[in-house]
Amino acid sequence: MKHTISLIVRNQFGVLARIAGLFSGRGYNINSLCVAETQDPDCSAMTIVTSGDDKIIEQISKQLNKLIDVLKVVDFREKEYVERELALLKVNTTAQTRAEIMQIANIFRAKVVDINPKSLTIEATGSETKILAMIEMLKSFGIKELARSGRVAMARN
Amino acid sequence: MARTGADVVIEALQREGVDLIFGYPGGAILDVFDRLYLAGDAFRFVLTRHEQGATHMADGYARVTGRPGVVVVTSGPGATNTVTGIATAYMDSVPMVVITGQVPSSMIGNDAFQEADVTGITRPITKHNYLVKDVDDLPGVLKEAFYVAASGRPGPVLVDIPKDIQKKACTTPYPASISMPTYRPTYEGNLNQIRKAADAIKASARPLIYAGGGVIISNAADELRAFIRKTHIPITTTLMGLGAYPDNEPESLKVLGMHGTKYANYAIQNCDLLIAVGARFDDRVTGKTSEFAPKATVIHIDIDPSSISKNVLAHVPVVGDVKDVLKKLTDLVQPPDISAWTAQVAEWKRKYPLAENGGDGKGIPAQQVMRAIDRISAGEAIVATDVGQHQMWAMQYITCTRPRSFISSGGLGTMGFGLPAAIGAQLALPDRTVFCVSGDGGFQMNAQELTTAAINNVPVVAVIFNNAYLGMVRQWQELFYDGHYSMACLNRDINCPATCTNRKGSTGSKSTCPPYRPDFVKLAEAHGCFAQRVTKTDEVEPALRNAVKVAHEKKQPAVIECITAREDNVFPMVPAGKSLDEMVDSLV
Repeated sequence: MKHTISLIVRNQFGVLARIAGLFSGRGYNINSLCVAETQDPDCSAMTIVTSGDDKIIEQISKQLNKLIDVLKVVDFREKEYVERELALLKVNTTAQTRAEIMQIANIFRAKVVDINPKSLTIEATGSETKILAMIEMLKSFGIKELARSGRVAMARN
Repeated sequence: MARTGADVVIEALQREGVDLIFGYPGGAILDVFDRLYLAGDAFRFVLTRHEQGATHMADGYARVTGRPGVVVVTSGPGATNTVTGIATAYMDSVPMVVITGQVPSSMIGNDAFQEADVTGITRPITKHNYLVKDVDDLPGVLKEAFYVAASGRPGPVLVDIPKDIQKKACTTPYPASISMPTYRPTYEGNLNQIRKAADAIKASARPLIYAGGGVIISNAADELRAFIRKTHIPITTTLMGLGAYPDNEPESLKVLGMHGTKYANYAIQNCDLLIAVGARFDDRVTGKTSEFAPKATVIHIDIDPSSISKNVLAHVPVVGDVKDVLKKLTDLVQPPDISAWTAQVAEWKRKYPLAENGGDGKGIPAQQVMRAIDRISAGEAIVATDVGQHQMWAMQYITCTRPRSFISSGGLGTMGFGLPAAIGAQLALPDRTVFCVSGDGGFQMNAQELTTAAINNVPVVAVIFNNAYLGMVRQWQELFYDGHYSMACLNRDINCPATCTNRKGSTGSKSTCPPYRPDFVKLAEAHGCFAQRVTKTDEVEPALRNAVKVAHEKKQPAVIECITAREDNVFPMVPAGKSLDEMVDSLV
């Protein structure tokens, strides 16, 4: 079972290493991890997608809360939340397929951010389902390169 | 002259009330050592012979005083030598502050001389650690380090200080107070939860207290005693909880778990209410967790929320400081009617005492040496153990009546801990008698610290249980690996026959066992200690009494080497993966 956890952490040297080390040291899985500064330069917001049963997720939350650098842990199991990720895809193109690829990108409200005779690069943001659906549609053309940011999440009020 | 980073370190140590520092100098920490030199007798610095010895000494100091042990070492190998000691303290929640020198900031990451990524290496085994990149952060970092080490659930904290930071001028003052929004341990137990616990106790028929190291860390022995006086509930402790309640009181069931008493384990398996106080349901205690305390509702009182329901589900969790929670609980609780249970437990205690004798008919039984130490101590001595069979026999046969008197590496089980920990404890409390009990294997791991003890006039009495085996390893090999003593014999040399003829049940003729090496008496004397070898059981107590006398009169460490039974086993035993019901008493 995949779970999303968001944390507010002290923006200090070693914090990311400590959190990643906590997961690897205790055998917890990191499916994706996304972190950056917030409006308060002393704090960063981190979104982690992990997997495990309820007992494991509870231990993960407790262990994260224990860390000196962690200010807040939000476990999204019991909350409604907004989740988004960013994906950049480089898709193979020929003169014949380029238009169709751009049509598909439009359907997903994605943007073309780079182009050359052999390929074009698409930028897409959205929920994981949307991103995966778009990747599925573009697979048959040949995806040369794919970079995904991982999930960013925020609770709904 | 400006106030440098090194000056700030000294200032921090003074402001935090540090009196004793353990450590070893080196290039990257010379500036701090220079300030220590100039500070004269403001501190007592104990120069060890290995940085691992320094960490275990600081650990022993912290366990007997409750104050953070302080270690100052250099970069690279100096720091990496502290890893085992830091991990030992981490596993047993011991407050410790380790200050390490580091190469200059501009050289970090450049594979410089004596450089090591110390914060990276110690991240998983410290409660927290810091690399100081700006000298003006240093006062705050040190204040925070001491606070974090000693508060909440204590633990080791490391502060890595690059050499240039030690030399730079610092303009920020040492903070008068501290406030950490990201770190707020819960000390006060939730009153509703405590009420639930009190209700559960009143309704119980077969309650049992399971007390761990947390009671001692919390200094809650008085509160625990008051609770037991009011409720008369029987109590069993972990290895780490020994001394939380006097062993020789009728409610005490001694220790539970893998090598605990039979009556404690029967009580656990049959109780209907388990009151866990400052304990973490470690696997040495629970055996097969799914079959641990199968009939019990569990109350779990602990300051660390992550320990609650980690291994065993807590029906009534209470997060808080044991001292605070026990006081409130005692006020609220009404004594349950448990006379049938008390009688049952007393019957188990009478019917299944620990073995009277031990040994193999040849060497001195280790159990008898422990009994002799127990008689000499009369509840007053501090006993620091190493790790192995002797540790289990000390746990079983030495009566503990007060907290902070049984010092043992429980969580990490570090061989080589006993001697330096005893030295640290003795330096902390010079007026107490301090015994180190150690196997011959573990003793060799930090024997170099005998010189530290001799030079510092530390009158510890080290008792070496010499059976020329890694006893606990050999026991497991005998029980579970068809008796394949793989690398368990510490005396096996190239002249030994392929099949040892010195083993029990061996059909070989004369014993071809070579003389034991090292000669511990010569070794101890070489380090400047009084030493004596004992080979007969009735010589043990007089030799130990004499050793205590000589040590304190001559202000010198004493080493008594006892030639013990070679192949004795610790019983009862709960084999790995079995439930506490499945204790074995012997090999058949």
